[in-house]
Amino acid sequence: MALTILDPTNEAVPLERKITPRPDVIKGKVAFLDISKPRGNVLLDRLQEAFEQRLPQVEITRYTKPTFSKPAPDALRTEINAANDFVVEALAD
Amino acid sequence: MLSLSPFQLTDLSGTPQNFSGNSQSVVCFVKEDCPTCREVMPVLAAMHDALAPHLDFLVVGQTAEGNEKLQQDFDLPFSLLDDSALKVSFATDVETVPTLLVTDASGSVVSQQVGFVRADWQSLVSELLEQCSGEGLALDWSVLPEWRPGCGSLSVDPAYADRLQAEADNSPIRARRIDVGSLDDEFEFMFDQGFSDGLPVIPPTPERVIRMLNGSTRDPQEIIAVMPPNMGEVTVEKVAINCVMAGCKPEYLPVVIAAVEAICTDDFNIHGVMATTMGASPVMVVNGPIRHRIGMNMGIGALGQGNRANATIGRALRLTVRNIGGAIPGGTERSTLSNPMKFTMCFAEWEERSSWEPLHVERGYQPDESVVTIFAMTSGPVLTVDEGSLDGPALAGTLGQANQTILNARAYSFTNTLLVVSPEHVDTFNRGGDFSKADVRRRMQEVSAKTYRELIADDASGVGLKPAQAAQMGDEQLDRVVEKFKDDEDIHIVVAGSEAGKFTGSFHGWLTGSRGSIPVSQKIGT
Repeated sequence: MALTILDPTNEAVPLERKITPRPDVIKGKVAFLDISKPRGNVLLDRLQEAFEQRLPQVEITRYTKPTFSKPAPDALRTEINAANDFVVEALAD
Repeated sequence: MLSLSPFQLTDLSGTPQNFSGNSQSVVCFVKEDCPTCREVMPVLAAMHDALAPHLDFLVVGQTAEGNEKLQQDFDLPFSLLDDSALKVSFATDVETVPTLLVTDASGSVVSQQVGFVRADWQSLVSELLEQCSGEGLALDWSVLPEWRPGCGSLSVDPAYADRLQAEADNSPIRARRIDVGSLDDEFEFMFDQGFSDGLPVIPPTPERVIRMLNGSTRDPQEIIAVMPPNMGEVTVEKVAINCVMAGCKPEYLPVVIAAVEAICTDDFNIHGVMATTMGASPVMVVNGPIRHRIGMNMGIGALGQGNRANATIGRALRLTVRNIGGAIPGGTERSTLSNPMKFTMCFAEWEERSSWEPLHVERGYQPDESVVTIFAMTSGPVLTVDEGSLDGPALAGTLGQANQTILNARAYSFTNTLLVVSPEHVDTFNRGGDFSKADVRRRMQEVSAKTYRELIADDASGVGLKPAQAAQMGDEQLDRVVEKFKDDEDIHIVVAGSEAGKFTGSFHGWLTGSRGSIPVSQKIGT
C-alpha cells in the first residue's frame, strides 16, 4: 500500500521574474550601496571615480546598509528603488 | 448525547444504504468480537421485525469479516452495514459498542444506549413500539442478562484513531499530502525530495503528525513565525511535521516551537546566521522543569550523542530552518566549512549542581519557568583542560586565556562565548569562597585584555590593526586597553557534564550584537 506523507516545507512556489532588460547606455541615477562589509567603501570609492570619469552624465547617490548580516530594511530598499535607475552593490570584503 | 450526520454505507450484498437524517431511525453500532454485541443480536433481530415497517433500522458493523460472521451465526433479518473504514463510527464519536441511537424525524438523536442494560433497552423498545403502534416484541427478555458492559469501539482503538483523526473532515492537518509510490522506499524518497539533513528522517505520515500535535495545546494552524530566508510561514503543524522527521516525542514539541519563535526574531537574525560564510549555527540551552519532564541530558556526555531529547530537539529546529525557512547548504546557507552543530546542538543546564543562578534566571525568568535560550555560535564545544588551578581566579584566568583566541587572537570586542562548566570546575570555583559568574567574567576579561598596540598586525600574523592605521593613532590611544568581549555579559555561563573531569567547553561566537546575532530566550509554553 502506498504511504502518504505530509509536506514539511512552506509549500510556497517562488515567483520567477525576468531580469530587467540591459540598456545600451547608462544614464540617469545610480545608487552605490555599501553593505557595511569592511573595505566595501574603498571599492565603491574607486568605482565612483571611474564612473565620474567615464560616465559624467550619471548622478551617483551613496547608500549604506546598517549591517551586512541582515537584509536591507524595507525603507532603504524602497528609497533606493524610487530614486534610482541602477544599483551597484559592493557585496563582500 | 451523541449526534449523527447523514451517511451512506453498503450492506452485505454491496447495496448502498443511507442514513438520511430526515426520518425516524434506529442506528446501532456493533462489532463481531464484542461479547455484548453478540448478546444483543437476537434483540436487534426482534426489534427489526417489530420496528422496521415503521422506521429506518440500521445496524452498523465495524469489520467486514465480522459482519459476515454475525450474519451466519445469528441468521439476521437485516443486512449489516460495512463501516470497516470506521469513518461513520469515528464521526459519530462512538466510544463503546454496542451503541444504540434513536433519532427523530429531523435526524436528531433523542435517545441512546451504550452497552446493554436490560431494563433500559426494554423500556426504550416499549416506548418505540408505543409511538408507532407496533406489535409486541417476539423476545423473552428474561433470558437476557440484566447488565453487560460494552466493548471499546475500533474507532477509538489507538491502532486506528490517529489515522481516522488525520482523515476526518475536521482534521487539524492542512499540509499537502504526498503519496509515496508503492514501489518506492519511503526513506530513499525523503532523501530524494531534499527534506533530509543528510541522515535518514522518519516519514511524517498523517498519523505520526497527529500524535506529535497532541504534544501541544496550540492550534495546529497558528502561524508562530515567519522564517527567513524564504520568509516561510511557520505553523504549529509544519513544526510538528519536522519534529516527526527529526525523531522527536510529542512532549518535545513545545520546546521546538519556542525555539522557532526565538530564532525568528530580529535579534537572533536567523537569516544572517544561516547565510554567513563563518558557519554560525543555533546552540540551544534548555532550563527549568521541562528538562526533567522530557528526560534531557545535562550530565555525562550532555553535549554529545545518546539522548533522544537533546539530539532530536536540536535536529528538529535545524530541519525547520531547512525545510520551512529554505536555508539549504549551497543555496542561501553559505558556510565555508560549516560544522557538526548544523545537524543538532541542544542540551540542558544542570541547574542543581551549582549555587549560581541558572541561565534563564539570570535572563529574567522565574526558576520554575521552562525556557530555551539560543545562541548563534561558529565553533564548539572547544575543550579547555585545567587540572591545575585550585581556586576561582586561577581557573577563570585559564578560561580567559583559552577564549582569547576566539575567531583569531586579535579579534577583539565583537564576539561572544558560551562556557559549559563541568561540575569539577564548579567545585574549583567554590573553593575558598564563592566565585560568582560576575567574578568569572571579570577575571577572564582582565587576563585577556590587550592594548591596541598589541593588536597590530605583525610578522607573526597578518590579522589585527593595520600598521598604517596604527601609525595614525597616538601613543595614548595605542596604549588604551581593549577587552576580548565588548561587555562582560557577552560571556555566557552554564553548568553541565559528568562529575568526573576538570574541563570547560566553550562555544565560540559569531558577530554578537545588533550587527549580527543577539542570544534570545523564549519561555516554553504548552
